[in-house]
Amino acid sequence: MSAPLELVCPAGTPAALRAAVNAGADSVYLGFRDETNARNFPGLNFSRSELAEGIRFAHDHGARVLVAINTFPEAGNSGPWHRAVDSAADLGADAVILADIGLMDYAQRVHPQLRRHLSVQAAASNPEAIRFYHQAFGIKRVVLPRVLTVAEITALNAQVPVETEIFVFGGLCVMAEGRCQLSSYATGVSPNKDGACSPASHVRYVDHGGKMISKLGDYTINTFAEGEPAGYPTLCKGRFSTCGRVSYLFEEPTSLNVLHLLPELAKAGVRALKIEGRQRGRAYVAKVVAAFRLAVDAAARGEPVPETALGALAEGGRQTTGVYEKVWR
Amino acid sequence: MGGGLAAAKLTMGPVLFNWAPEKLRDFYFRLADEAAVDSVCVGEVVCSKRTPFFVPYVAEVTGRLERAGKEVIHSTLALVMTGRELTQLAETAGSADLLVEANDISAHALLAGRRHVIGPLVNVYNEGTLKTLAGRGAFRVCLASELPAPTLAVLGRAGLAELEVQIFGRLPLALSARCYHARAKGLTKDNCQYVCAADPDGMAVETLDGKPFLAVNGTQTLSHTYCNRLGELQALEAMGIRHFRLSPQDVDMVAVAGVVRGLLDGVESVADAQGRLADLAGGVPFSNGFFHGREGVRFVDPALP
Repeated sequence: MSAPLELVCPAGTPAALRAAVNAGADSVYLGFRDETNARNFPGLNFSRSELAEGIRFAHDHGARVLVAINTFPEAGNSGPWHRAVDSAADLGADAVILADIGLMDYAQRVHPQLRRHLSVQAAASNPEAIRFYHQAFGIKRVVLPRVLTVAEITALNAQVPVETEIFVFGGLCVMAEGRCQLSSYATGVSPNKDGACSPASHVRYVDHGGKMISKLGDYTINTFAEGEPAGYPTLCKGRFSTCGRVSYLFEEPTSLNVLHLLPELAKAGVRALKIEGRQRGRAYVAKVVAAFRLAVDAAARGEPVPETALGALAEGGRQTTGVYEKVWR
Repeated sequence: MGGGLAAAKLTMGPVLFNWAPEKLRDFYFRLADEAAVDSVCVGEVVCSKRTPFFVPYVAEVTGRLERAGKEVIHSTLALVMTGRELTQLAETAGSADLLVEANDISAHALLAGRRHVIGPLVNVYNEGTLKTLAGRGAFRVCLASELPAPTLAVLGRAGLAELEVQIFGRLPLALSARCYHARAKGLTKDNCQYVCAADPDGMAVETLDGKPFLAVNGTQTLSHTYCNRLGELQALEAMGIRHFRLSPQDVDMVAVAGVVRGLLDGVESVADAQGRLADLAGGVPFSNGFFHGREGVRFVDPALP
């Protein structure tokens, strides 16, 4: 029997927040409806009053609210980012999740009592980087980039003075997060500046003699045979040609799922598990959170992790353990 | 000529590709003997597995560069993950006599309190971050490629550190724990057989309809296009950006430096310089879209309305 890992769940909307909390989330994370967070998609995210309401609901049910302000403030225009931190503090959020050094400095100076987490977008991939953020900005928890194996995470946890949180389910950046300008190169829309990757505004599906071609900006990302479901053209999940050979060069259209690794992750010294998916609806969130709630509680009791059928919820129905099991190396 | 473009400095960035050690040595020798650059970056940025091969040549190369009056900058690894990589980084950062470029925030942490350079793979997007890093010893910062002109102008005006931007070469777009060179050849990173060495200018990545798009360099992904900001040098200088970085490609980089220097010194027109650079680039298209707030891949002619 050990203390259960904290389950940190996505809330793209107030409905998803309630669904996550009702399904057993320990914490939900969310963002404001603007470029200050890395899921700046149409129809998503929270106004100030929705956040106030969401915090009230979560706290009434014993859950915490973490506000992601994890894009990089524009030079000469730090106002929206500073106001986001101010609002999170004023409305009683339990923590902010930050990626930019200047913004961490601001949060620490102006709202020292507001708990600060380091976003995965800061890509702190080693103990030295993590100690820097802890010492310079009082970071209490680091969301680890998806570049480390379980063995490396174990070694890292023994060397850092902060909690760590890792992604366990959902969409998977195959590139070091916050250090990727692929979307920006092809579309002009930047994850770091604008909070969106491979934005829907630049996506087109073109019917080409029965074949469906998915495009991002001017670039073909994939083609699909008649009747084959056409996936979303996320740039790094496309098919490309190298040396005359066509492949999913960077990564297949697949979802991360390390449900079965939960006992090992607990042993690795991780504090919290993060489910990706703020762009997902409440039904999806409810199912995934419920499955992980069962698994986390079973693992904490030392029982086997229950088999659950999350495959149907994965992108393209396919799942991977990403880098954790070292198959990338 | 005390100021203006003639006073601008040229930096030869680190060689990002896996060049044979002898080729790399000769490249640096030629820079020392012939190239019109002020600073030269030496050191592996992309993959720690490549590092050992050049170690026997480092002292010889840096000595010759220094004797030629070049400022030698020791560039460091961009994605630091293993204990071995961190130990190696700490060793470089701990050498008090070296000028070191941090390409990961861990390197900056290790260099704190000492004069050092921040490379383009550390995110500096605003004056708040610039001020923090400068306060901890970063006296020069090479900014990320995707920053548009208004952002560069604000950072330049802030006057917090010497600023540099890349003006030539493929744009560094992404880093990964996974090696795509190995993956493309059906190998794993640990057993990669150094297949990246076969592509000294990067491995071409095309779309399914045959359009050139990206270039893979081991764990790094770059643009297919070469960044070309010859037409923007004047504007950059006016913003207070006085250091311009050439990112080495497998072309005559001494000649590339000569073209840019000629333009900076006013002995060559922009149009002539563009023509000569196009010849040197051997048909690889140019891009400057990021500066103009557009898709990075685009080439915007600043002379057009």
